[in-house]
Amino acid sequence: MQARLQWRKFVSNFMLTMTAVCAFVSVAVLFFILGYLLFNGGTSINWAFFTQLPKPVGETGGGMANAIVGSAKLLLAASLFGVPIGFLGGVYLAEFSGGAMASVVRYAADLLNGVPSIVIGIFAYSLVVLPFKHFSTLAGAFALGLMMIPITLRSTEEFLNGVPRMLREGAMALGASKWQTIATVIVPAAYRGILTAILLALARVAGETAPLLFTAFGNRYWSGGWSQPTASLPVMIFTYAVSPYEDWHRQAWAAGLVLLGLILIINIVARTILSRGIAVPR
Amino acid sequence: MATATPTIPSAGPLPRSRSFLSRVRDGDEIARLVTFLFAASVVLITILLVYQLWVNSALPRQKFGLRFFVTQVWDPVMDEFGALPFVYGTVVTSAVALLLAVPLGIGAAIFLAELAPPRISDALQFLIDLLAAVPSVIYGLLGVFIVVPLMRTVIYPALNKPFGFLPIFKGPSYGVGFLTAGIVLAIMVIPYIISVSREVLLSVPRDQREAALAVGSTRWESTWKVVVPFAKTGIMGSIFLALARALGETMAVTMVIGNTPKIAASLFAPGYSIAAVIANEFTEATGDLYLQSLIALGLVLFLLTFILNGLARLLILVTTQKGSGSD
Repeated sequence: MQARLQWRKFVSNFMLTMTAVCAFVSVAVLFFILGYLLFNGGTSINWAFFTQLPKPVGETGGGMANAIVGSAKLLLAASLFGVPIGFLGGVYLAEFSGGAMASVVRYAADLLNGVPSIVIGIFAYSLVVLPFKHFSTLAGAFALGLMMIPITLRSTEEFLNGVPRMLREGAMALGASKWQTIATVIVPAAYRGILTAILLALARVAGETAPLLFTAFGNRYWSGGWSQPTASLPVMIFTYAVSPYEDWHRQAWAAGLVLLGLILIINIVARTILSRGIAVPR
Repeated sequence: MATATPTIPSAGPLPRSRSFLSRVRDGDEIARLVTFLFAASVVLITILLVYQLWVNSALPRQKFGLRFFVTQVWDPVMDEFGALPFVYGTVVTSAVALLLAVPLGIGAAIFLAELAPPRISDALQFLIDLLAAVPSVIYGLLGVFIVVPLMRTVIYPALNKPFGFLPIFKGPSYGVGFLTAGIVLAIMVIPYIISVSREVLLSVPRDQREAALAVGSTRWESTWKVVVPFAKTGIMGSIFLALARALGETMAVTMVIGNTPKIAASLFAPGYSIAAVIANEFTEATGDLYLQSLIALGLVLFLLTFILNGLARLLILVTTQKGSGSD
């Protein structure tokens, strides 16, 4: 009897220790990734990386200035497309709708959220690239914007629903109409949560590569405008990492460090400072 | 919604129309219409997405039919397209990924939900959220320069020497291949399994644990025999969610799977996956049949993830409601 009890206690302690090991191994991966990127990227990064265009194949040196600007342009246009739809759609769900239409919109958003990014790329290709007959910055931005919609929409709805009822009733009691209440009381009360969600959505699409492969395509030079293909950091990392050139590998590490640094900083800022005291959806 | 305006029971047509007019004057109806249009556009976009995928994959559907999924020849020159090697690659890499990620992920989730003090649990969860935010191309980059060499120098000799007689560990290794892609995928989906499973485990009512401890079970027995079975469906949901991610994952797989449209029993052999072939060949697809065959693969991917995500959501919902319901 005593031996049996001791065995059970031993099993308990052993298995619980194993779960702790699992947890720490999983988290250690993050530090491993960070450390490796810092080491490899840190030794590869230089001023030219931020200021110069890519050199022709075979020459060493050069940088990714065009890809950095390209990524910024893509993200800007994607936000201009995705955030209004997500935000106003979320306002509709939380404040105006009820019943069937709301669940249809929610369902569509969840479905869109689960679509693999490469399929989003195919969609943007058939909708924007094919009719205009060439790859463009706008097509890439359309693809990325699509991916921002579901996150923005569902979190806007969630945070608006979280605004206390008393605030609404107070505004209504003062004679404000419904949209005045929404615009001046409810949205301001929920803005930190919504902003957090938008930032997280932006951070997510900033690293997306697959939807850009055949929409924004890539470019060794400065992009000729919104209707022309553009380079972007994630696509550059992909092309450079699978290339056979040593110097390109070096630059891929540098680009990886810049991209990951940017994404993690946005995440940390959004999750800790901006969203203090509110639950951030995952 | 919550701001229900009081309705007058005897409201006839006249007061109703007046209130409608006044609402228009206040801008309420306009605001409702504008936000409705934006919400409806989400539905429209989703329908359009399915429609485009369907219409743009008509050629291979007519020419090959279901044969598309069972033939192995992928020859753009001869206009012969069979998807079997890609389906095989996607299934094998995802299976390897789940085999590695599920025990580790669930173990970690148990630790976070049951054992760790709340503060440590939250801190670790924060780091795991960051891990989920790392873009797939970064995983691919590390896969190419760390996992691939590691495969050649450590993992391959360790598995091939003792287990080389098994078909799955036979043959030479080039570093890239099914197993490499599976390992990278496993690392990528672990955060999803942990996050969702932890949440599901946390929603298990407290009295379940207390009852198990009260009848004399050890901490592990209460966790493994009571809490985990209670949360089983939700944990299954997290696994489906991870599977959907793994199936649709493109960049990391493309960079380490070897991009060879062949079916091989050995996990060390190079292969191809659905998402990877779309990523690699889409821009160079000449001819409508070629391009549409790739889009048909995209449609398959879409349907697979659609089904898995739906199932996952359902399972997670069932469990968390069960938890909150019996509280």
